[in-house]
Amino acid sequence: MGSAIQNRILIGLEIHTQLTSLKTKLFCSCSSDYRGKDPNMLVCPVCFGIPGALPVLNKKAVEFAVMAAIALNCKISKRMFFFRKNYYYPDMPKNFQISQYDRAGGVPLAVDGFLHIDVKRKRKKIRISRVHLEEDPGRLVHLGPIDQSPYTLVDYNRAGIALLEVVTDPDLNSPKEARIFLQKLRSILEHLEIFDGGLEGAMRCDANISIAGGTRVEVKNISSFKEVERALSFEIMRQKDLVEKGLAVERETRHWDETRRITLTLRTKEEEHDYRYFPELDLVPIVITNDFIEGVKDQMPELPEARIQRFITTYNIPQYNAEVLVSDKALADFFERCVKLYNKPKEIGNWMMSDLLRYLYENNLELPESKITPEHLVEMIRLIDDGVISGKIGKKVLPEIILTGRLPMQIIEEEGLVKVTSRETLEKIVDRVFAENPKAVEDALTDEKTVHFLVGQLMKETKGKADPQLANQIIRERLEIIKAKGRP
Amino acid sequence: MPKLNELTAKETVEKIHKKEATAEECVLSVFERIHRLDDKVHAFVTLAEEEALRKAREIDEKVSKGKPLGRLAGVPVAVKDNICTKEIRTTCSSRMLEFFVPPYDADVIEKIKMEDAVIVGKTNMDEFAMGSSTETSYFGTTHNPWDLSRVPGGSSGGSAAAIVVDESILAFGSDTGGSIRCPASYCSVVGIKPTYGLVSRYGLIAYANSLEQIGPMARNVYDCALFLSVIAGYDPKDSTSVKIEPKDYTKFLRNDVTGFKIGLPTEFFGEGTSESIKKQVWRAIHKLEELGASCEETSLPTLEYALATYYIVAMSEASSNLARYDGLRYGYRIDRDDADWSTVYSKNRQTGFGAEVRRRIILGTYALSAGYYDKYYLKALKIRTLIRKDFEQAFKKFDVLIGPTMPIPPFKIGEKIQDPLALYMCDVDTVSANLAGLPAISIPCGFADDLPIGMQILAPPLREDLLLQVSYAFEQNTTYKDRKPSLK
Repeated sequence: MGSAIQNRILIGLEIHTQLTSLKTKLFCSCSSDYRGKDPNMLVCPVCFGIPGALPVLNKKAVEFAVMAAIALNCKISKRMFFFRKNYYYPDMPKNFQISQYDRAGGVPLAVDGFLHIDVKRKRKKIRISRVHLEEDPGRLVHLGPIDQSPYTLVDYNRAGIALLEVVTDPDLNSPKEARIFLQKLRSILEHLEIFDGGLEGAMRCDANISIAGGTRVEVKNISSFKEVERALSFEIMRQKDLVEKGLAVERETRHWDETRRITLTLRTKEEEHDYRYFPELDLVPIVITNDFIEGVKDQMPELPEARIQRFITTYNIPQYNAEVLVSDKALADFFERCVKLYNKPKEIGNWMMSDLLRYLYENNLELPESKITPEHLVEMIRLIDDGVISGKIGKKVLPEIILTGRLPMQIIEEEGLVKVTSRETLEKIVDRVFAENPKAVEDALTDEKTVHFLVGQLMKETKGKADPQLANQIIRERLEIIKAKGRP
Repeated sequence: MPKLNELTAKETVEKIHKKEATAEECVLSVFERIHRLDDKVHAFVTLAEEEALRKAREIDEKVSKGKPLGRLAGVPVAVKDNICTKEIRTTCSSRMLEFFVPPYDADVIEKIKMEDAVIVGKTNMDEFAMGSSTETSYFGTTHNPWDLSRVPGGSSGGSAAAIVVDESILAFGSDTGGSIRCPASYCSVVGIKPTYGLVSRYGLIAYANSLEQIGPMARNVYDCALFLSVIAGYDPKDSTSVKIEPKDYTKFLRNDVTGFKIGLPTEFFGEGTSESIKKQVWRAIHKLEELGASCEETSLPTLEYALATYYIVAMSEASSNLARYDGLRYGYRIDRDDADWSTVYSKNRQTGFGAEVRRRIILGTYALSAGYYDKYYLKALKIRTLIRKDFEQAFKKFDVLIGPTMPIPPFKIGEKIQDPLALYMCDVDTVSANLAGLPAISIPCGFADDLPIGMQILAPPLREDLLLQVSYAFEQNTTYKDRKPSLK
């Protein structure tokens, strides 16, 4: 067996995404806006599992799910139904989850899709085996770590929220690919305006991992795509370690512990649940007609790939920049709002790509978490273009804007960062620089290439605030005068 | 002159309209009867005397102010204790729900309240409707008013017993495999299991949700038709509810069966059927022939498998429907803070449920388990389809099908309770209507050894009108409905 095969990593993902744009839950009319609410206030007989209550399907959820399935290139079922997934757990009001199933006669909402991801400038096809709808369970709340909490509290506000489940084939070959896939999925769902990935717990994922054609291990409880790379890297390391020691990788389900950053055995193969899937006959089969699908298609907002193309052609920005911006809908929207305010796409793109994104990345922030708005960035670029501040000062104030949300002009004025454009002031400083650097002046008179040293000295003196063009001009004028007078 | 509690629903409404009686008097007469007799019969689990009197006075006020009255103005209605009534405890005759007070009214309760009916109380039943004798009730068995040492049938035994002894005028039953028709037959009253989807199940505490329907029980066909007219109709809260316009079923009550083609499935007169019942049902058939109907023996071969199919489907569904009773949110809960959740769940369910309920949950869980699902549940679904097709064929030839409701007369309390299979056999003629979703009625058709015998009539889906017309004609030309148990 070659080493390439020995090291081959196969990862499949099962992603649960809340359809956060829905106003109500999947099977009742309770509000789905549960974050920050008092526990167990957004419940009714249906989502609390009161005897006798019956579910009624949220039609909008089907529309959203079909939209997602179209965007993920899936085959949409003409007729689908719901199944019950039976298991006992305190976060489940009915001790079964209304879900969908692809066996035992079940038909999920959509199957056989795919998504392309770009890895090292290469296009890669990730197959999607199914997309379906199901209800979210409630939330268990612990005091401190789960194994040390003296009690468990249950909050059913989340119970019954609509979840979209997306399952991939094991086509991902590294933790990084898994993250890229999740990012792309998130961007698509956000572009469809059915999902807001910025909300806590809105996207959760389980992963199946095997290495070297060995046993498949499932890792649960990965709470975001920031975590997916960590969790998968740990699990791959753990499995490789076992293989190197000649030990067997056990077929099991493991739990990703976010704080300790390790995976732990949740249950072994023998302890796997038998979910006893069978049809949910309180709901009727859902017929999805071609007309319905066409109607959904007509309403579909622009998808990321089309948006990238539009950015390239309309704004004339490099493909790479367009791809990076569109990979996160918030960034792409920010960009377009900036361009609307100030039609300089190239400059705006450059500022976002270099300084803004770098700062966010280094500080592990997402754009909506920062305080900067398009108005801020545009004002800053305008100040540079109008000659009020230098580009260098711009770079200096940007982090301040991101952190505080103060207006660029305000920061500049308060910190005295306005560009020095007064000829009189600059001439005085040039005199001083010339007096302090006689050798450099002599060099500059004979060698044009060394003039920049004097400019640099001047900038140093003014802490970067000197208008570079004017500074240059004055220095050259001075040198001409010295030349004309003859050497001192 | 009959006492107020002995009137029909039709007569009660008329008397109240004409101010010949007040609703309060009607309600008081019913409670007087209950207080005198129910110690012997034990039809009720909970009485709602205060609420009933309050409602009666409201109606009387409407009468005195000349306001419009509902179709069931002042009519006392007993409600089977698996139908949710807001602020009146709803126990399913189970220790599990001994103190459960629903926060909402079932759809049928809302409907009868709109029509000014008066709820007198909640009637005894087999625990979670699992039984044919009312013996599995946690609150003790109901006694058959015709012979107190015998069972009243079940599971709606309390409802049937209550109306035949004039403790109520109308009663709700629910029918999963015969639970309305069996006690109707054993107590000599009229009971309809409507077409699946005709009456909303919202608020009916589920036993086997794909089989059961709420239905009307009354002392005569007219009252049953009136009651059905009130409770039938589309309910958006029940996804399986049929979208049809409400009907006045009393309009179909014509004393005429001329030209009716009646099929007599030989399977309904099988080996296990007692000779006295066969004899009496044949007399009834001859009566119908005399009245102008043509009767012909026929065969529906798949009915042989109906009982086995029914029990697999019903128990499978029950295992999931009853999973929610874990004691966490409502219901019976052991007093233990030291145990983990799964221990507490187990203890709650072990103690809260009776033996028959536990048996059916265990068998249903088994039937849905991996490796057995195909063998049992899936196979049962296939046979269910064949049974439905068999009926479709039969109804191409016949308007209605007729046979005995029960294969044996009311048996002694305690006689069969230790032999579940013998008890299950009692449902042999009733379950097929539930499997096929057909409407079926049981009407009194005579006595043997002073014990009542019921005749079952089945019709194609949504043809309750045919059932009612045949029943009405038979009733008008016989005197069985006038015979009363001698209980004083």
